[in-house]
Amino acid sequence: MDMNFAARRRRDLIIAAVLTGIAALAPLFIKDVYVQNILILTLMYAALSQSWNILSGYCGQISLGHALYFGIGAYTTSLLFTKFGVLPWFGMLGGGVIAALIAMALGYPFFRLRGHYFVIATIVIAEIGLLLFQNWEWAGAAMGITVPIRGDSWLKFQFLRTKLPYFYFALALCCLAWFVTWWLEDSKWGFWWRAVKDNPEAAESLGVVVFNSKMGAAAVSAFLVAIGGAFYAQFLAYIDPESVMGFQFSLLMALPAVLGGIGTLWGPVLGAAILIPMTELTRSYIGGSGRGVDLIVYGTLIVLISLALPRGLVSLFSRSKAKGATR
Amino acid sequence: MGLLYGLIAVGLALIFGLMDVVNFAHGEFLMIAMYASFFLFAFFAIDPLLSAPLVAAALFVFGAVVYLLIVRFAMRAKANAGMVQIFSTFGLAIVMRGLAQFFFTPDYRSIPQSWLGGKTISVGGIFLPEPQLIGALVSILAFAGLYFFIHRTDFGRALEATREDPGAVALVGIDKNRVFALGWGLGAALVGLAGAIMAVFFYIYPDVGASFALIAYVTVALGGFGSVFGAFAGGIIVGLVEAITALVLPPSLKSVGIYAVYLLVVFVRPRGLFGSM
Repeated sequence: MDMNFAARRRRDLIIAAVLTGIAALAPLFIKDVYVQNILILTLMYAALSQSWNILSGYCGQISLGHALYFGIGAYTTSLLFTKFGVLPWFGMLGGGVIAALIAMALGYPFFRLRGHYFVIATIVIAEIGLLLFQNWEWAGAAMGITVPIRGDSWLKFQFLRTKLPYFYFALALCCLAWFVTWWLEDSKWGFWWRAVKDNPEAAESLGVVVFNSKMGAAAVSAFLVAIGGAFYAQFLAYIDPESVMGFQFSLLMALPAVLGGIGTLWGPVLGAAILIPMTELTRSYIGGSGRGVDLIVYGTLIVLISLALPRGLVSLFSRSKAKGATR
Repeated sequence: MGLLYGLIAVGLALIFGLMDVVNFAHGEFLMIAMYASFFLFAFFAIDPLLSAPLVAAALFVFGAVVYLLIVRFAMRAKANAGMVQIFSTFGLAIVMRGLAQFFFTPDYRSIPQSWLGGKTISVGGIFLPEPQLIGALVSILAFAGLYFFIHRTDFGRALEATREDPGAVALVGIDKNRVFALGWGLGAALVGLAGAIMAVFFYIYPDVGASFALIAYVTVALGGFGSVFGAFAGGIIVGLVEAITALVLPPSLKSVGIYAVYLLVVFVRPRGLFGSM
């Protein structure tokens, strides 16, 4: 597999197009609502993880606070819709922009922090957001918000009779996140990110450009995650601070990329395709007892995979590359 | 309370200072210790104050085993080393929570009557709850003991040396894995001690660790990773900040003050108060 970069990129694009085609046709054969639900969640997590991967994987700034942006997306849409009747489409964009701005504002102080200090700062900021929303009466405090049903249309982004539109939106979001990643991989930013990740000292000598590229990664990453949050709020029609902004969610977003392969184009997709159906199935088949068996299975798998395949599952597909240089 | 935070954090700081690994299952270590102390009380009527050394010893073994079974391999990872550490210890945390739910059910438990429970003591007109006071005392003793241990014994010197240069240490015949395993044991034993004391005045349930773990990370980072003294000082600061915030803000927001102080400190000093690296 001695393929040059340009050829590999072309091949990736073709594979993506084929996969998207197959996925788009899937609902013709899969009518079971339970399975459709799992597919929607899988696509959503693939999109979220791909977005997380831009900042944490490619750029190496490990964030465990991305639930903040997800929550902002979910809350902006729901609050604008329930309080002011603003269509979710605008709320979605608004949430994305707010999240991107917050990510950049946080970037100023945060990007000076290294390693664990950065990781903990991201956890802490998301936790502050969570606590504030839990105490914010106007936003429903700890009880959360129930999104009222106002119809069944693309205009209002609510669908009562079928889940298919949600499926196609999730697929589109997944494609968007993938395509943005694909596109950035070969951009100026992409190269700077690799420099930041592989050799922070050398990157430091590039100073401003590195800082700007980190800011770019944070903004793009937060924007896409917030769109995912807006989608989630409309899909479930109910949100509360713990479920959209809790630490668990930050991890759920990171896990597919970790299992699939951090800082790789296909890692998040592959990780989500395996992890999310597995999570849902273990939850419904053995988790029902409420006795935590699903947690045991799930946790054990995380430990084993992260120890056995530090580069993620994608490394299984590219043995030749793993033997050569790091990239 | 601050001293107890310090005690929880010191174990974390020790492990971090030793080998640059953050144990994301630290909160679950605490949870296990609280359960251990609860069951020793429930079945054998051993007061938590007496069982604390037992619990600490058990956690010592547990910590060393975790190192040998998981962390040792996580440290070998060449690619994405940081991620492997975070997610392998985090996976462990999930497993431990699941096991606790499985064996102990998600019910809240508490130790109804201990020697100390609910009593207060009056010092110069100020009433102090006894368990917290004893907790503070034990924390100070444990901290002094640890300080002595690190700076005055052969093992402590081996720890320090292994931290500075694992390669050179191997040449003098010190087994890196043994030193690290003991370090993990020691770190876990300190959490065990904290857990046993805290079992007296906190509800015990499978997720209890999570709420303290974040505060422990903040405490350590506040003091500066790698500094055991910093972790202890960080604990005291966190305790004070929490008490002050509780006066100003509603109780449900009391942690916000801690987090805000953390952010302020790292923005001014990105390596924490006493961080040396």
